[in-house]
Amino acid sequence: MTLTHKFTSRTHASAPKRGFLSTLGMGALIMASATLFSSAAIADDVNTTGLAVTDDTVTVGILHSLTGTMAISETGAQEAEKLAIAQINESGGILGRQIKIIQEDGASDWPTFAEKARKLLVSDKVAAVFGCWTSASRKAALPVFEKENGLLYYPTFYEGLEQSKNVIYTGQEATQQIIDGLNWVAKEKGAKTFYLIGSDYIWPRTSMKIARKHIEDVLGGTVVGEEYKPLGDTQFGSVINKIRLKKPDVIYAAVVGGSNVAWFKQLKSAGITADKQTLLTISVTEDEVLGIGGENLEGFYSIMKYFQSQDNENNKAFVAAFKEMWGDDSVIGDVTQAAYLGPWLWKAAVEKAGSFDVDKVVAASEEGDIELTTAPEGYVKLHPNHHLWSVARVGQWNKDGQATVVYESELIEPDPFPEGYQ
Amino acid sequence: MDGYTYSELGSILAMQGFAGFSLFSVLLLMALGLAIIFGQMGVINMAHGEFMAVGAYTTYMLSTLTETYAPSLMPYYFFVAIVAAFLIAGLLGYIAEFVLIRHLYKRPLDTLLATWGLSLIMQQSFRSIFGAREVSPALPDWLLGSYQPTDTIDIPLNGMFVLGLTTVVTLGVYYLMFRSRWGLRVRATTQNRVMSGAVGINTTKVDRYTFALGCGIAGIAGAAFTTIASTGPTTGTLYIVDTFMVVVFGGAASLLGTILSAFTIAQAQSILEFFISGSMAKVYTLLALVLILMFKPEGLFASKIRR
Repeated sequence: MTLTHKFTSRTHASAPKRGFLSTLGMGALIMASATLFSSAAIADDVNTTGLAVTDDTVTVGILHSLTGTMAISETGAQEAEKLAIAQINESGGILGRQIKIIQEDGASDWPTFAEKARKLLVSDKVAAVFGCWTSASRKAALPVFEKENGLLYYPTFYEGLEQSKNVIYTGQEATQQIIDGLNWVAKEKGAKTFYLIGSDYIWPRTSMKIARKHIEDVLGGTVVGEEYKPLGDTQFGSVINKIRLKKPDVIYAAVVGGSNVAWFKQLKSAGITADKQTLLTISVTEDEVLGIGGENLEGFYSIMKYFQSQDNENNKAFVAAFKEMWGDDSVIGDVTQAAYLGPWLWKAAVEKAGSFDVDKVVAASEEGDIELTTAPEGYVKLHPNHHLWSVARVGQWNKDGQATVVYESELIEPDPFPEGYQ
Repeated sequence: MDGYTYSELGSILAMQGFAGFSLFSVLLLMALGLAIIFGQMGVINMAHGEFMAVGAYTTYMLSTLTETYAPSLMPYYFFVAIVAAFLIAGLLGYIAEFVLIRHLYKRPLDTLLATWGLSLIMQQSFRSIFGAREVSPALPDWLLGSYQPTDTIDIPLNGMFVLGLTTVVTLGVYYLMFRSRWGLRVRATTQNRVMSGAVGINTTKVDRYTFALGCGIAGIAGAAFTTIASTGPTTGTLYIVDTFMVVVFGGAASLLGTILSAFTIAQAQSILEFFISGSMAKVYTLLALVLILMFKPEGLFASKIRR
């Protein structure tokens, strides 16, 4: 409608200046408007809800913390999303449209995430948002996505117990990481006693609850200690002495942020190293190792779904492209890789639905047959419950900050609401 | 306690004792600079943590430079880094006093807002210069690992180093404040600014150097903490609460108070943490502090300042 109006008024305004050429000009304009109308009709076809889709572009949002304490972790994720989008654009875009990005800064502040999500959905009318990192930021933005019927691709491994129509979770939920890791350490290391330690907030606490259930009910082991440290705490002396007193077979750790660095540095300087103690963590990726230092982690294990050192063609191409775009010093952690999947999964769903409409994209996603054979982690498939089928991997850290993958599970079905673990 | 020999229990007791001392030295080193600024000048320096981060980043830069240009000097660079951290943080403090703080001496509460603003500016500068990711300097080998007097005792070397450094800095501050002419002027200015001016003390200059000294010591603390934790743009905010806690509990303007307060808080925290969980230990420590401050609002040692 607006298009027609603009055209008529412009024709009127410019007609007097054109003089004898006006007839010719009018003709050209009419022809131009005719072609425009025909492609506008196509734009309407793929977009019935007024999203920011034109004939040759579609706008998406990226919503991560660029400032504040979470910027450390979220930088990699937004870099990966931009890389994926650039690659999609290079290969012709989505439904013939180039993707344009509007980036907003969540500033490590949860209400800001909600506010910026609203801005992206209501004023910018973006077709999809790639963003959020912590569970707290996702929980804050979730009501906005549900109310405005937006679409969020969330990249972080998290505690599960959530499934929203408006969110696609490209990271692993708790059972895809925790349970398999515990099984592995029980089988391979003969572990019977476990010491659980984490930072004091929702993700470590929920994860440890699942871990304790699994250790006690399924593995028949014992939890000899469970400890939570305030976020940002850097003093682990007393905890380390407690661990020495309990002599657990395995330390199972979910310490995050700055505390993580202090925790591993102090373990090392207290003489607790991999040759004497098995340690399995669910909170260390290549990103964290950069701060902790490979020498402090050498020989310890992480359970993730992706490691940068993974040896397959997809991953080699991904690592090379990432380094080309963001510099040779870049490291790629688990979440960064999961963030990279977001735009590709969205592209697959949009093309399957033949539309950018959120409802249609979600419906296409829920059919459970969207798969990425080009994923750096190997192969992923989208489950109707909005999570990904994925493989759990145990990596052993080397001095250079990279991990050697020592174990790979089968493809695990996502189960965000595991029975008996809540 | 089944399955433990007495020697094992003894070892853990010894290591736990050291953990307490280690925490004590960390708290004291953090608080010294603030105690000087808050205690002697009454300025609430919310950017104290950021000055610590300046020291930490200086250490990081020097470690990178040494690694690139003179790898053979790696075992020694840390001493240079401590001095550089002191000088750079001190210089920045000197500038901050000149540009910002000196205009606000008559409005002590406003220094709180102004220095908080300063801390935000500094955080964003760190982010722009060094990036958002946390960094760790490569440490010389002699700071890594542990000292083993017996088979079952491991004393962290970095903890011993921080303990030693804190002792040296504390003695240095004591000498400066109570045994040097400069310290005499600082104390005189604190006790009666007008009178000090009247007897010929340049109080403006005293203020500026006091502030710079406090920031410089924060820089040393920051350099020392790179051996314990990593450094990021917002590292400073992690320390600021603990730092103020120590200074306020000890009683402003009292060096002995600061030392005792750091010792009490560290031991309480460390012992409680051994028997209950980390978060609860902090809760009980803070609760006890609140109670004590309710009955003794001036802190452990009252300051003798003429207001």
